[in-house]
Amino acid sequence: MASNPRIANPVRSAFSPGERDDTVVVSIGPSHPATHGTIQIFAEMDGERILRADVHCGYLHRGFEKECESHTWHNCIPYMDRLNYCSPLINDFAYCDTVERLMGIEITRRAVVLRTLLSEYSRLCDHLTCIAATLMELGAMTAFLYLVMIRDYMYEHIAALTGARVTHSYGRIGGLANDLPPGWLPRLEEILVQYDDFMGRVHGLVDRNRIFIDRMRDVGVLSQADALSYGYTGPMLRSTGLAIDVRKDTPYLAYPELDFEVPVGIKGDNYDRYYVRAREMDESVHMIRQCVDLLEDGPINVDDRRCTFPEKPLVYGEIESLINHFKLVMEGPRVPAGEIYVAHEGANGELGFYLVSTGEGVPYKVHCRAPSFVHMGGAHLMLEGYQLADLVPTFGSINMIGGECDR
Amino acid sequence: MGAEVFDRIQSRLADGEEEGQSTPGQARVPAGVSHGILVLDLAPGAVAGAARALKQEFGFDVFLDVTAVDWPGQEPRFEVVWHFYSTAHKVRVRLKARVAEASPAVPSLTALYGSAAFMERECHDMYGIVFEGNADMRPILLYEGFVGHPLRKDYPKEREQPLVPYREGFEERG
Repeated sequence: MASNPRIANPVRSAFSPGERDDTVVVSIGPSHPATHGTIQIFAEMDGERILRADVHCGYLHRGFEKECESHTWHNCIPYMDRLNYCSPLINDFAYCDTVERLMGIEITRRAVVLRTLLSEYSRLCDHLTCIAATLMELGAMTAFLYLVMIRDYMYEHIAALTGARVTHSYGRIGGLANDLPPGWLPRLEEILVQYDDFMGRVHGLVDRNRIFIDRMRDVGVLSQADALSYGYTGPMLRSTGLAIDVRKDTPYLAYPELDFEVPVGIKGDNYDRYYVRAREMDESVHMIRQCVDLLEDGPINVDDRRCTFPEKPLVYGEIESLINHFKLVMEGPRVPAGEIYVAHEGANGELGFYLVSTGEGVPYKVHCRAPSFVHMGGAHLMLEGYQLADLVPTFGSINMIGGECDR
Repeated sequence: MGAEVFDRIQSRLADGEEEGQSTPGQARVPAGVSHGILVLDLAPGAVAGAARALKQEFGFDVFLDVTAVDWPGQEPRFEVVWHFYSTAHKVRVRLKARVAEASPAVPSLTALYGSAAFMERECHDMYGIVFEGNADMRPILLYEGFVGHPLRKDYPKEREQPLVPYREGFEERG
């Protein structure tokens, strides 16, 4: 039998064992049962306390940006779903919005409201996943099952609209893939009522639970100054007490018309991050209901031959539409030359797309400013000085998503 | 509010050359506002000064992103792009600088922003841009021993550099 070849180590720790004789360097991950997400942490331990942490990501790197450069603007959309796979619709809409602004397209009213509604619905799923996973890792199995049950209702409900549970590919440049199926909005209200019920039970189970507070309060504290310096955005930054939200500060979609608050924390510890997310979910539900009221009949795609596919009967029936369809599929939508950066409020923070076009049907460059990646750059601040066991709730409350972190 | 701070930044950083002053961030071409973002095109040596002025004088406290664009055939070949956000003014600024393939070096912003450490490592991985002053340039999304910079246009998409050797009978591509 041939001996196994020696496989090189993909990472190099920032500190080597043996610098001090009273510490131990522990390698945690990249696939550790207590950390959901493929991340490797080298921790220099003094007993149970982490002195230094060196965080490595990249295990899910799959060349997203390189791959986009050889696909048409439309064909990149499925890749967007796979960035933050807990809230794929936000990625879809952020990318489509960026391309549309570069093309100078204004989407229809119904598409604006539907995108806003679905962005908030996606944020709700993402926060549910984050809180559920954090609670499960702390042993709160009941709360986990309550939340994941609601999330699964939502996944199936979104699947009824988009055809897929997780990777929806629902955004289109100039609009959306399809309109709401019959009965979708009544079912939405049913789910929101159940969400309120079950989230209430979770609050009752954990908010004032001694075990939960001991694991979360004053653990993984991130100061506001550090959060800003390390580029933190989203719930992480807001948990330090700063009300910064792309939806309020540089509004997009229908957010200027919606009534919502930006919840903030007090001191940026794990408990604050849990609570900010929980409050944000309530705000999302409030926004979803407002969007349902704002929704009016109308087309979901703009009537623009540069990006919108013609109706199928026309493709089969007239030569102009056939050529239009052919050009859009084979060459892709022509996006005027230029560069643009557009940010949406992703579930984890500022999700930015920097696109460069040379006027072709294929992007010259697609760069994603992924909040998870930036957050990993400062993750050591929340780990150092705490116990090794605190790594579990702290890492859970950061909600690192491998898909967007490693791209 | 955004337009007013853009004017002040422009008169401080961009128009210095025309007035013949030696300001820290001399722009190579006139600045402009593109899709709501102020764009300043700078010489590589002026980036650190401009970033310091943005942070300390204009309140751009969040360093959002750094990446590069590869323009093979053009000289200088790489365009390094930084994005900053001000939580006070709620606006974004983009800095750009061109660097040549022979010496793709720009100053690191690690002294100003903690987030620079990780993001500069990624840009170094992908484009081979050297951030002078960032002591930690280990691979971050790539792995130790990876040859080349995959987002450069001359890096073939199909090239594979497996760490785990292929089994016998599998042909290596690229």
